[in-house]
Amino acid sequence: MNSQILELKGKLEERLAQIKGADDLESVRVAFLGKNGEITGLLKKMGSLAAEERKSFGQAVNELKGFATQRIAAKTAELRDAEMRRMLEATPEFDVSVPAEPRHGSYHPITLVQRQCENVFRSMGFTVEDYSEVVTDYECFESLNIPKFHPARDMQDTYYLENGQLLKSQTSAAQNAIYRKYRDALVNDGKPIRAIFPGRCFRNESTDACHENTFFQMEGVMVDKNISISNLIFFMKTMLSEVFQKDIKVRLRPGFFPFVEPGFELDISCLICGGEGCPSCKHSGWLELCPCGMIHPNVLREGGIDPDEYTGFAFGLGLTRLAMMKYGIKDIRDLNGASLTDLEQFAEDK
Amino acid sequence: MLISMNWIRDFVDLDGLDTNELIHKFSLSTAEVENEIFYKGSDVFGVVCAEIVSVENHPDSKKLHLLKVDAGDGKLTDVVCGAPNVRVGMKTAFAKVGAKLGEISISPRDLAGYTSCGMCCSEKELGISDDHSGIMELDACVENGTDVKEIFDIDDVVFEVDNKSLTNRPDLWGHYGIAREFAALAGRELKALECADLSEYDSLPCVDMKIEDGLCRRYSCIRFENITKNVSPANMRIRLYYCGMRAINLLADLTNYVMLEIRQPMPAFDSRKVESIRIRRFDNPFDFKTLDGVERHIDENTLMICNGDIPVAIAGIMGGLDSEIVEDTTSLVLESANFDCVSVRKSSARLSHRTDASMRYEKSLDPEMTVTAAGRFLKLLRDWDPGVRVTSRLTDEYPAPFDKVSLEFDKSFVDKYTGIEISNERIVKTLVSLGFKVENEGDSFRVDVPTWRATKDVTMKADIIEEITRIYGYDNFEVNTAAAPLYPVRPFEEKSDEELIKDILVKSFFLHEVHSYIWAYSDELRKLGIEVEKNVRLRNATNPNIETLRRSMIPTQLCQVNQNTSYAPEFGIFEIGRVIDGLDENNMCRESKKLAITLFSKVQDTEKLYFKLIEMIATLTDSIKHRRPAFAKKSADHAYIHPKNCNDVICGGRNIGVIGVVHPAVAANIDKKAAVVFAEIDIAEFCAVEDAGISYAETSKYPSVDVDLTFICDRFAPIAAAIDASGSKLIRAYRVVDVYTDGEKKSISVRIEFNAGDRTLQRDEVMKVADSVIDALAAQGIALKS
Repeated sequence: MNSQILELKGKLEERLAQIKGADDLESVRVAFLGKNGEITGLLKKMGSLAAEERKSFGQAVNELKGFATQRIAAKTAELRDAEMRRMLEATPEFDVSVPAEPRHGSYHPITLVQRQCENVFRSMGFTVEDYSEVVTDYECFESLNIPKFHPARDMQDTYYLENGQLLKSQTSAAQNAIYRKYRDALVNDGKPIRAIFPGRCFRNESTDACHENTFFQMEGVMVDKNISISNLIFFMKTMLSEVFQKDIKVRLRPGFFPFVEPGFELDISCLICGGEGCPSCKHSGWLELCPCGMIHPNVLREGGIDPDEYTGFAFGLGLTRLAMMKYGIKDIRDLNGASLTDLEQFAEDK
Repeated sequence: MLISMNWIRDFVDLDGLDTNELIHKFSLSTAEVENEIFYKGSDVFGVVCAEIVSVENHPDSKKLHLLKVDAGDGKLTDVVCGAPNVRVGMKTAFAKVGAKLGEISISPRDLAGYTSCGMCCSEKELGISDDHSGIMELDACVENGTDVKEIFDIDDVVFEVDNKSLTNRPDLWGHYGIAREFAALAGRELKALECADLSEYDSLPCVDMKIEDGLCRRYSCIRFENITKNVSPANMRIRLYYCGMRAINLLADLTNYVMLEIRQPMPAFDSRKVESIRIRRFDNPFDFKTLDGVERHIDENTLMICNGDIPVAIAGIMGGLDSEIVEDTTSLVLESANFDCVSVRKSSARLSHRTDASMRYEKSLDPEMTVTAAGRFLKLLRDWDPGVRVTSRLTDEYPAPFDKVSLEFDKSFVDKYTGIEISNERIVKTLVSLGFKVENEGDSFRVDVPTWRATKDVTMKADIIEEITRIYGYDNFEVNTAAAPLYPVRPFEEKSDEELIKDILVKSFFLHEVHSYIWAYSDELRKLGIEVEKNVRLRNATNPNIETLRRSMIPTQLCQVNQNTSYAPEFGIFEIGRVIDGLDENNMCRESKKLAITLFSKVQDTEKLYFKLIEMIATLTDSIKHRRPAFAKKSADHAYIHPKNCNDVICGGRNIGVIGVVHPAVAANIDKKAAVVFAEIDIAEFCAVEDAGISYAETSKYPSVDVDLTFICDRFAPIAAAIDASGSKLIRAYRVVDVYTDGEKKSISVRIEFNAGDRTLQRDEVMKVADSVIDALAAQGIALKS
């Protein structure tokens, strides 16, 4: 009987040595270990053996079965490894030198700059307000201490509409409404008014690379008891440093705007040269950036706020100008030009 | 306005102080100074007084002369000179060898065969006027060899103040006012202005003058005669020239000089032409020739100065040609007047003629100045031409003086406004240096505002703050944050929705945000065959193309798409902008904010593109409002919209906007092969849709049962709404798996997923719910396919 086992073992080894692939191996498994396999067949024969032979034969067949199982498993693993190696070898190395094609839409540069500014002001407790584009003479002028025939009305050639309304020539046109909106919270609850209001403004002028009839500004106001010029300088410096993400020097010069008193022109140290003097600041080291000032008592009064009790400051940032400075846009008309080749470049900007 | 530092120094001693530093301070404390500062005379040296000793004609040239000049250095110098006015005995400005005149260095050089060792100079060559008609003639008493800079004020520092920054400061439109600022900034004394005392002529007869119109606040005038000189002193001419004015003749120069000095415009009339002055307006328009020779149309609102009934000048703007001071004028009537600032500004705008005078008057000059100016004029005239005789008394009518302004405040007011400590002494000193009268007791102040600041500029307490702080210097401020209680800052909902919309369209759908104008560009629209719809119009558009405001952003976007057709085969743009939908019942514009989207594709058919757009809208409402939109048929209400494919967008029970396919006639004008679709969503309506919020449900541990049902119905039957309405809680989700359209009917297969969440559903239970859905749909005319 042992010779039978040895023979079978030899046959198995021989077969395994010539294995062609996974299917072949499976047929080997079936041939030896399957239901009708040769090893299984030996086990089936056990019943016909004498009891004394049965034990030793059984043991030998089981050993053979264990041996076959293990050898086939080893062969399976060997084949799998070989297959994996073959697959890896067959896989090409990808050509990453081909330029990548990122896909993106784009935000308008004004949106990007506006979001950056809004985030800075929001972080300092300012609300962000919105306002209409068509306003009344009262909103744009009267409520801002610019009575009829005031020379300040010369400065802004306003678009008037047939019905007597006008396209707002400055974001300040929203001031009165903002004061009225928050007046009660200020007076009754002691909540200071801190608000910015970005918006689109219109001036009746002919356009060129530096002039547009449609542009964006962002106005800001802060009103409380005891708001001072000292506070104004602090906030402007802090906020502008955040907006430009560097330490900005600011200086104030007297400036005349009817809705503030005192009024200032605020200059910042040149962003290009840092104050040394260069062509972009006309060698002065300073850039004129934004008008600001202490809110005129008449303007507060029109907004229902007692100027003897409350003071405040207001400022106006040119968002369009800021976007042009930030991205080096030379022709202001490009902003409303809708050329996608230009605009697609503004994917995102934190 | 150009400012001469020499002139400033007439009124304030600035010795020992750095001029540039002072100008810089002035720029930071008073008014903006342009960057470039002019150092007049800095490029002129080595020019001396020389006498022409002999003149010979050049043998070969008609123009050139051979001169011998005595430049005071003990020898005679040979000079070749081309000036026509050379003569023996004349003293002139002579640039010696080694001298410099701007770019020119003087060295001996050959001129037409003769050596010239120096150059006789014209005023232009010295840079002190634009006169180049001949060489400059110097006074006979000047010693030869004297440097011209010792004779004339050639050296000067001139800077330019930005006129815009002087709008509210009428007092700064002359050197004396500027000098007051320098005195205050430097802490030096301002000298009094030297004027002739006009009261000594009070016994003389008046000028026949009468104000017949309320637009004249004050009119002062005086008559002089026996004026013998015609040319003004050289230093006066140099100053005028440095300040941007041409010298004309003595009287004209003097009036200009006084205006540049103390800002009072002073037209002078030839006495022979002006005998009885009347200030009035005319009922009937007429033409009037001003002294620049231009015929101007005068209407009934323009104030005129007249001789009897004959107009001789436009009040506050410009004199007439006929009464102008001419070469042979020896007697004159000098006007020193004050007019309503608004009237001058409007007249000058109407005439499109801004003059040095009108620019000043429109700022609201101080009427107190008229008499001072007349006195100053006489003083300057007499200094130069002592024989002048005054033949009338100062005649002065002053019907409309400004109110005097006095203000009271206390220290705490200053503290509150400034946020820093400025001492009482400093407050007093600053205000006094600026001409305010100050009474100070303890912490209380009472100030009288000087008349030159009281015409409009300083009228209330806050104005005083500016005076104190600007002289204190903003650079010297200690800066502090404000103490204020903190509260949460909530963005208003519309804003956060807008930002989300932008993010989704840019990040998920790769659209490009554009900006456009609020008006309809008629010529651009016409190219696409779109007519501008009637709407509110601009009253004063300079460009007829942009007269009408837009009702919708879609036509604008179609123009923008049209302009970008070569950008890519497929793209989309969007904008959140404003439109005006006519006027409301109160005659106010109906303004609303819209989201406009336009998609363009040459690679997808119109239907696919339309469903792409629908997907975008659905993503917006789903992401922001957690709701699905529905689309209802809408009749195209604009000619540029496809008559069949236009739908209202409904979400949360609100009509939030419209989507549509662009009319093929318009689309063909953009691109014959492209599909163009649009959406216009009303931001306020979108925002008003109630956010359904996130309703979290745990993923069921039990298997779902899918049931596929196929229905037959009309093409536009709203199957989703019907399923939603069936209201079974076991319906977890549903989706359309197949649609087959045949004419007006369609067959639509829907896979409905049932799940109870807490148990495995039994088939019977599922079929019962499915049956109820089938019944519900059948009631809507959506029948189960048998």
